[in-house]
Amino acid sequence: MSNFKKVENDSHKVQWQEGDYTVTRTCSWTAPGCHDGCSVLYYTKGNELIKVEGDPDSKYNNGRLCVRCLNAPELVNDPKRVKWPMKRVGERGENKWARITWDEAYDIIEKNVRDIWRDYGAETIVTAIGTGRNTWSIVPKLTYSAFKSPNFSMGFLAGDSCYLPRAAAMGTMIGDFFIIDASQMDERRFENPEWKLPECVCIWGNNPIISNGDGFLGHWIVDMMKMGTKLIVVDPYLTWFASRADYWLQLRPGTDAAVGLAMLNVIIEEGLYDHDFVDKWCYGFEELSERVKEYPPEKAEEISWVPAEKIREAARFFAKAKPASIQWGLAIDTQRAGVSVANSICALVAITGNLDVPGGQHLIRAAFGVDRLAHVASDWGFAELPKELRDKRLGVEEYPLYKFGLAATSRGDSVLEAIESGRPYPIKMYWFQSTNLFVCCASEAKRIYAAMKQVPFVVCVDPVLTPSAVAFADLVLPAAMSVERDSLRNWWTPLRSISKVIQYEEVKTDEEIVLELGKRLNPEQFPWDTVEDMIDWALKPAGVTFKELEEKVMIWPEVNYYKYEKGLLREDGEPGFNTDTGMVNLYQDIFVDWGLDPLPFHMEPPYSPVSTPQMMKEYPLVLTAGSRPWEFFHSEHRQSATLREFHPNPRLTINPETAEKLGIKDGDWVWIENNIGKVKQVAVLDPGIDPRVVHGEHAWWFPEREASEPTLYGAFESNINVLTTQCTTGPTGYGAPLKNTICKVYKAE
Amino acid sequence: MSRNGLLIDYEYCTGCHSCEVACKKELNLPKGKHGIMLAKNGPFKLSEAGDKWELTYVPVPTQLCDLCGDRVANGKKPSCVHHCQASVIEYGPVEELAKKMTNPRMVLFVP
Repeated sequence: MSNFKKVENDSHKVQWQEGDYTVTRTCSWTAPGCHDGCSVLYYTKGNELIKVEGDPDSKYNNGRLCVRCLNAPELVNDPKRVKWPMKRVGERGENKWARITWDEAYDIIEKNVRDIWRDYGAETIVTAIGTGRNTWSIVPKLTYSAFKSPNFSMGFLAGDSCYLPRAAAMGTMIGDFFIIDASQMDERRFENPEWKLPECVCIWGNNPIISNGDGFLGHWIVDMMKMGTKLIVVDPYLTWFASRADYWLQLRPGTDAAVGLAMLNVIIEEGLYDHDFVDKWCYGFEELSERVKEYPPEKAEEISWVPAEKIREAARFFAKAKPASIQWGLAIDTQRAGVSVANSICALVAITGNLDVPGGQHLIRAAFGVDRLAHVASDWGFAELPKELRDKRLGVEEYPLYKFGLAATSRGDSVLEAIESGRPYPIKMYWFQSTNLFVCCASEAKRIYAAMKQVPFVVCVDPVLTPSAVAFADLVLPAAMSVERDSLRNWWTPLRSISKVIQYEEVKTDEEIVLELGKRLNPEQFPWDTVEDMIDWALKPAGVTFKELEEKVMIWPEVNYYKYEKGLLREDGEPGFNTDTGMVNLYQDIFVDWGLDPLPFHMEPPYSPVSTPQMMKEYPLVLTAGSRPWEFFHSEHRQSATLREFHPNPRLTINPETAEKLGIKDGDWVWIENNIGKVKQVAVLDPGIDPRVVHGEHAWWFPEREASEPTLYGAFESNINVLTTQCTTGPTGYGAPLKNTICKVYKAE
Repeated sequence: MSRNGLLIDYEYCTGCHSCEVACKKELNLPKGKHGIMLAKNGPFKLSEAGDKWELTYVPVPTQLCDLCGDRVANGKKPSCVHHCQASVIEYGPVEELAKKMTNPRMVLFVP
């Protein structure tokens, strides 16, 4: 871009002028919500964002960009955004608000918090965030240090079934997070001579080109396919990847552990594992070998509907590929034995010798050790809470794994039970920031709705007036979007600065709100004068200031492979994994202490052809849900005219054979109904789904409809989580059957 | 003078819609109008006995496509080429693009 003139000012941002536009090079995260933080160029005129382009010089996304960032100006400039703090003046749900100042809002919050501390105890304050937002470190800090409560949560997400079961599994088994290696850790990318192209990537329970889970840009897999990487896909639906896979294992939703254990069975029985790695670095291989004898491929076929021979071939292909990796996703978590599914997949990558090898399953930590402020860590400030308060975190007493996971929080189902029952203590205040509660990830939407109405004091922080804000909030605080905030992105690497370019009305950034409230409530724990001071503090491990990072836009750490051999994982500096045994725990002693099965197993969903055969006459179809569309991030983006042009209505995917039997044609509105509830979506006939299974989209509401109750933006009409269940988790407390229940489908008249 | 075109390796087009939205933003097109639009084939099984499926997307330029003349004059790529998430669209003189048509499933558009 050397033909464009640099902007002359005292800013440290990388900016230049292109005609009428000022262009700023930075990273986007969030809003819009995303698991990625792509490099963007913001084109502004004065205080207005006109367009967003991908940064062609970035080694992260190389200029490419998805529709949600390309369309960001439409949402940033939406006149319906929340512009200033608002206080409820009517009844909850009436959508009547009075404009107030930030100071008035903070006064109301401070008074409520101090009254609650005095009358009920800090633990009766609960906070919640949604996934993929740049609030994952800052809201825990608000919770623990400002509100002095241990109860930070992922909302009411049943079984905390989004990454937390996998994080818990990795925590006790491996001691570190892993992600697949597309050489995204190294600035040279595929040119890094140490990196190897994976011979096989197994994509399990996600569609990464859309979902981009775990801070991994899914199209990197497409890049590797072009270079020769082959695929195994484990998914009930024919995704684009499945259509190009060497092996597509089309399983019944909720039976992933059976498939994983059968693959382990084949690899162990046929001696295809990495003997050297297993001998040196795995604990409990004999016990695992005994367990997998219970899962021969023929038995897995009965459970999962995947032909035994196909399981065998895929297992052999995976074991023989060097290197190989598994890109896993949300469907791992959304089952009662989610931790078991994760354990079986961890075992697969471990015993085949793919942990931390070039092109394998990379053990990853935040770049330069910067794990505060803008990372996926929910522990900032937790250690400073008194033990007596830490012990009051909801759910950890009954479910001890919640004390040890790599990203532990309060347990969403336990928060719900506390609100409903007042036990072990009542909930007096609920703070939700960048999450849309009953409209999105919570199950039994109507139950959550009723519970939230009972909480005495509720605050919502969001750029948008969501159905949850209208239904529950006493105060709504306007949150800045990414282009309006100074912050960081460090999930996982490189370390990126996020530069503020414009200001919308009176919005504040998540960092500003937390710092300002923190200084009122507990100034000792917020020793920074400005957000920049706070960011500089967070950046200390990297040895740069925010201004210096802005000048560089992003910095890349050195990539290290085989860290367990080099003594780079453990605090004691010894070789080994960061676990109690120093090895990969294929068998988990600590699970025995907790009364849990120390080895992975299959557990049926509570409602399924196997668990509830008597119900299948009434509800003959397996209902899976919540796969990601290109246009929307969870409940975001429904207000965008451009994105709704591509995706106007919620879609129910159904096999043409099944549809024909039910008299349903493509484009018909249909009811999806089970014993919990019913909602309406538009049928899409698609042979890529099994005739016994249907798929419904999640997180639908209709910003174009009336906001006030009873319409409430149509938030119950098509919301698939009206049909799923809370408080039906497995033995660890993690994982719930969100993608594997049952239903019937019939034409809506 | 040589004509310019768009070479598309549709084996790897994932149907992500980035070209469509990038184009709409570049040309400021209202609802219902596109400068490039995805066509979709499938999914269907290629044979009853086999295991292979057809599921193909191809972005097709419309008469509104001007190959982003203004962007190209400023040293940039056309917006669809720049933003394509699967990097399957290439811009250039048709003779050069034709020489690159070595993969099995490719198409050359000359809008």
